[in-house]
Amino acid sequence: MSAFRALLGRELQLAWRDGGALGTAFGFFLIVVTLFPLGIGPDLKLLGRIAPGSLWIALLLAALLSLGRMFARDAEDGSLEALVAGPLPLEALVTAKALAHWLTTGVPLALGAPVLGLLLNLDVGTMPILLATLLIGTPAISFIGAIGAALTLRARRGGLLIAVLILPLYVPTLLYGIMAIAAVVTPPGDAASSLTMLAAITLFTMVIGAFGAAAAIRYQLQ
Amino acid sequence: MTQSLTQKLANPTRFMAFSAWLMPMLAAAATVVLTIGMYQAFFVAPVDYQQGHTVKIMFVHVPSAWLGMMGYAVVAASSFGLLVFRHPLADVSAKAALPIGAAFTFLALVTGSLWGKPMWGTYWVWDARLTSVLILFFLYIGLMALRDALSDDEALAGKLAAVLALVSVAILPFIRISVEGMSIPWLGIEIAGWNTLHQPSSVIRSDGPAIHPSILYPLLINALGFTLLFFTLHLKAMRNEILRRRVASLRAKAVARSADAGSVPGEPEGSR
Repeated sequence: MSAFRALLGRELQLAWRDGGALGTAFGFFLIVVTLFPLGIGPDLKLLGRIAPGSLWIALLLAALLSLGRMFARDAEDGSLEALVAGPLPLEALVTAKALAHWLTTGVPLALGAPVLGLLLNLDVGTMPILLATLLIGTPAISFIGAIGAALTLRARRGGLLIAVLILPLYVPTLLYGIMAIAAVVTPPGDAASSLTMLAAITLFTMVIGAFGAAAAIRYQLQ
Repeated sequence: MTQSLTQKLANPTRFMAFSAWLMPMLAAAATVVLTIGMYQAFFVAPVDYQQGHTVKIMFVHVPSAWLGMMGYAVVAASSFGLLVFRHPLADVSAKAALPIGAAFTFLALVTGSLWGKPMWGTYWVWDARLTSVLILFFLYIGLMALRDALSDDEALAGKLAAVLALVSVAILPFIRISVEGMSIPWLGIEIAGWNTLHQPSSVIRSDGPAIHPSILYPLLINALGFTLLFFTLHLKAMRNEILRRRVASLRAKAVARSADAGSVPGEPEGSR
């Protein structure tokens, strides 16, 4: 457990000292959100209606940007092999990495989403449920992303490939996030059950992400 | 100790002999059944009084959709065989099934789209089933892209593609439920899906109106014929893949030999 905490601390510290990554992700998030009104037109009513979905998609893409580096940096300088040889099981290592990715990318982007929602005429009453779905759903992005990052460690054109591999796997998370929001926006709906499904999917991806990514890394270090 | 069939076929030479024996029979069966099925579909099955002749698309569309899903099941089962049992032919089987399954999935999408034009007045509707078939197609593309990107190390590519296939197959039920919803009345389970949210009444239900036997039988014959076709193609693709790997290893040996021949005489082997 202490090794797990030490690794998590190391990841957070690295992310904190190299603050540029989060800044870039935020910049990307902001630009993509801005592109929606530019592409669709400044109709505030329409924008308000598509705001939750647009924010979810923009956040998915922004989080995707930083996934590729989850294991790549450690694989390049050899510290991944040192970590694998250490006392921590590979599955726990992946969990620590993905958790750190969520804390340094998923959570800040989710917290920023309601603010960017102002650009899209997002209804203020919708903000709490938007934030709730994003906070519950974003761990799935990091854990499924860990699989993608592990699989593309040795692949050519890793950046584009990772998006093709894992974006289809984000569909359940995206859909239940959107459904929970829609249930609040148009009252005869059941937000609680969608949130429960969202949480169930996140928990499931935490397990499958840890084992899947660990298997992928193991095969590449053999 | 008796060996099971899959254990016996682990030997590629034995597999080549077995498949050479099986191939013509499978191909002949596929030809016969598909001929009967297509004859039934075009000349025997009644024309729908609303849809006219466009209903014939169904005889290609439904089997294709079924084979797209079965193809992914073959990929997943082969991946399991590779990672868990380390069966030497499992990777060959998974790799061979990929493009065939993807092609049938694509065929299902195209025929569905062509059918949609006269039915719905548009080539694409975000119907729950069409959407989940489209996502299945994306999963195929992902697997093929990963194999392609790792083509310089095929053993690793096979293992990593197997990991991705198994992860995807584990998430696939969630994808399906999130898109189409799930309803098991006798268990009291009712989960809303993305599409059921917008139009709960018009969703095609599995307990919907039964298909009339005059259409159902030709459909089943075609489904069987397409399935036989799938396995014929799969077997052929597996044979091709084994032959390709043999050629590749012979080439590698030839290169190694010519490199040895070019070395300085008298120099001990392995000193360079």
